[in-house]
Amino acid sequence: MTTEKHEEIDVVTGTATTGHEWDGLTELNTPLPRWWLNTFYACIIWAVGYWIVYPAWPLLTGYTHGLLHWHSRAAVTDDLKQLNAMRADMNEKIAAASLIEIEMTPELLSFARAEGSAAFAINCAPCHGAGGQGSKGYPNLNADRWIWGGTVDAIQTTIMHGARWDADSETHTSSMPAFGRDSIMNDPDMSDVADYVRTLSGNKPEEGADLAAGKSIFMQNCAPCHGEDGKGNLEVGAPNLTTKVWLYGPSKAAIMERLQNGGGGVMPAWAGRLDPTTIKTLAVYVHTLGGGK
Amino acid sequence: MKGAAASTQRCDVSTVNLQTHEDVPDLPLYAAAPKVYPQSVHGTYRRIKWILLAVTLGIYYLLPFVRWNRGPNEPSQAVLVDFTHRKFYFFFIEIWPQEVYFLTGLLILAALILFLMNALAGRVWCGYLCPQTIWTDLFLATERWIEGDRRERILKDAGPWTMTRLKEKSLKHFIWLMIAWWTGGAWVNYFADAPTLVHDLATFQAPIVAYAWIGILTFTTYVLAGFMREQVCLYMCPWPRIQAALTDENALNVMYRHDRGEPRTSFKKSAVLRAKGEHPGDCIDCGQCIAVCPTGVDIRNGANLGCIQCGLCIDACDNVMGRIGRSPRLIAYDTDINVGRRLAGKANVFKPIRSRTILYTVMIAIVGSVMLSTLVERTNMSVSAMHDRNPMFVETADGSIRNALTIHIVNRDSNSRQFKIETERFGAAHLEAVGVPNGSDGWPIVDVGPDQIRELRVLVTVPAAAHPPPKQALIFKIIDVASGEAAEATDNFVAP
Repeated sequence: MTTEKHEEIDVVTGTATTGHEWDGLTELNTPLPRWWLNTFYACIIWAVGYWIVYPAWPLLTGYTHGLLHWHSRAAVTDDLKQLNAMRADMNEKIAAASLIEIEMTPELLSFARAEGSAAFAINCAPCHGAGGQGSKGYPNLNADRWIWGGTVDAIQTTIMHGARWDADSETHTSSMPAFGRDSIMNDPDMSDVADYVRTLSGNKPEEGADLAAGKSIFMQNCAPCHGEDGKGNLEVGAPNLTTKVWLYGPSKAAIMERLQNGGGGVMPAWAGRLDPTTIKTLAVYVHTLGGGK
Repeated sequence: MKGAAASTQRCDVSTVNLQTHEDVPDLPLYAAAPKVYPQSVHGTYRRIKWILLAVTLGIYYLLPFVRWNRGPNEPSQAVLVDFTHRKFYFFFIEIWPQEVYFLTGLLILAALILFLMNALAGRVWCGYLCPQTIWTDLFLATERWIEGDRRERILKDAGPWTMTRLKEKSLKHFIWLMIAWWTGGAWVNYFADAPTLVHDLATFQAPIVAYAWIGILTFTTYVLAGFMREQVCLYMCPWPRIQAALTDENALNVMYRHDRGEPRTSFKKSAVLRAKGEHPGDCIDCGQCIAVCPTGVDIRNGANLGCIQCGLCIDACDNVMGRIGRSPRLIAYDTDINVGRRLAGKANVFKPIRSRTILYTVMIAIVGSVMLSTLVERTNMSVSAMHDRNPMFVETADGSIRNALTIHIVNRDSNSRQFKIETERFGAAHLEAVGVPNGSDGWPIVDVGPDQIRELRVLVTVPAAAHPPPKQALIFKIIDVASGEAAEATDNFVAP
């Protein structure tokens, strides 16, 4: 530092300036306290400690592991272990109790709903929606019309074995024939029966619809599964056609499409993929969404 | 008059807030902070500070041991932060995590009171109440007691290491560490039953976290009050910066009345000048104000960042003025306005009531009364409702519309209670709570354990015939079956 520089003194404070000036504002040269600098050095030394203790430096084929051998995945595994240990007591109770017992015991019910809700979000929400609201072709689990049964035991069975899931021998197998594609019905017949089916749930038929013909075709072709009154049959997964709840929509076009192609949705079997306790909590969760029988 | 003679001599003291030209050459980027050796002083403000020190430290160290009977199953400690059960107890008040807005309100209130103090009398907080000031004062008193006053300490620190000096320093640091240790010990007592914890700590049965916190607090107290002192105020604390932006020319501040003090003239010289009929200033430039300053600033340079406005320089200057027979309060709580007015020959004015103090007071009153009324109105039960977001509503088989909500019923009582859940003023709706039986009058009746929150899924169904509008208010009312006490939560019933 030259002496010339030091002669730049701020008049008001009597302090030397750095010589920097912006629009008349000069920067005072106030030295930082030494403890501040020492703190900075201490932080650097602390950081070096991190290199030694924790994983830090990348190497050609790996990295330095550090003295503690800390690993983020191992930490997560440990946390999960602790979590499961914490829940072990309640999970044993859930495993031992029947589904009805779980629903009758407030402590078990709230635990099962919480665990079921988490399992639902991971496994079921992709098809059934975050709140189980479903979408076209994927049942709304909040509604009270069920295809394979809405009791908590029936729901558990469906979760375990799925629907039309070939890999599981106990899966729900039956499906609707493709009346149109397989030439069981011709187009006018399908139109008549679709008009008739719509009236079962109180919809107004189209102008000039032949409901009598539709009914007669329904009795011959549909009633064996859906019942003469159209109230369905849970045994074969034939939906109740008299309600306001429609899996593919209540429009005539949607019904015609079903008649044409038949079949039905596919749900995976979860037994084996999820442990029995989780499946129980899922059954309770779905059953208590609001539509359970 | 030996004392008077001594006190009228110039005190060789340098300040940290003004560098004279001689200091300037070779200014480094980093410099050791000049050590401040505050001198002892007696007077009004020192007395106020001693009293406040005793009161605030007394509260801090003893409060955890104050008992408060809340009945069975409840802690009997007056002030307790219970992390395990997530509750905060303050005498008759019990705060749950859901009521964290009380803490928010308290912080807002604290900020506003700080602003008001500042508008009235500057850095009252810094000078008299801040823990940094209090503990530094306590540590300084210890230092003075063992090593002597300013002059002795300077001489000893400059002199060689002797056995006496070693003994004194060791004793000082030992006592400092003891104070710091007690500070940490008192801290942890706010988080557990104090008598039990003290017993457990002494018998090495306390949780490791308690020892860790005592260690941390011991370290911070020892370092901040023993070594960092004024550096905390100068470099670490944000308040001096904020305060400087908040103050105005009407706020009382500790200041040197330069209108009366200048030109500074030594006692002897001023006597000569006065004899000639001239009017030298009252300041004799003795440096006592700097010598007693805990942050080492020269108050005569005007308002500055380093001044914590503790008023000790007022005491020091008053003592000097008293000894040389001049009127006190050459340094005093005063305003810039008054300096100007006196120079213009006008009388002093003090305006404690002005727009900003009124504004702060009104804001304090508003926040305070809102908090107070919330506190008074809160009962030992409450309910909240949260609507299902997806789906918003469900059309059931018979065309009815159903909404699902999650409600939380809070029972703050230390006994288990039964609550009836009703949907207030809501036509033909049917209410069902999952897993809860309905009572004889059709409304669900739910048990909630002592000091517990029960989460329930509730289903509200309106028949198709009722043709519910797209959105209408839905009020849940919970009624304590035994006492009839009620609480409400409002949400909406949504329909297509």
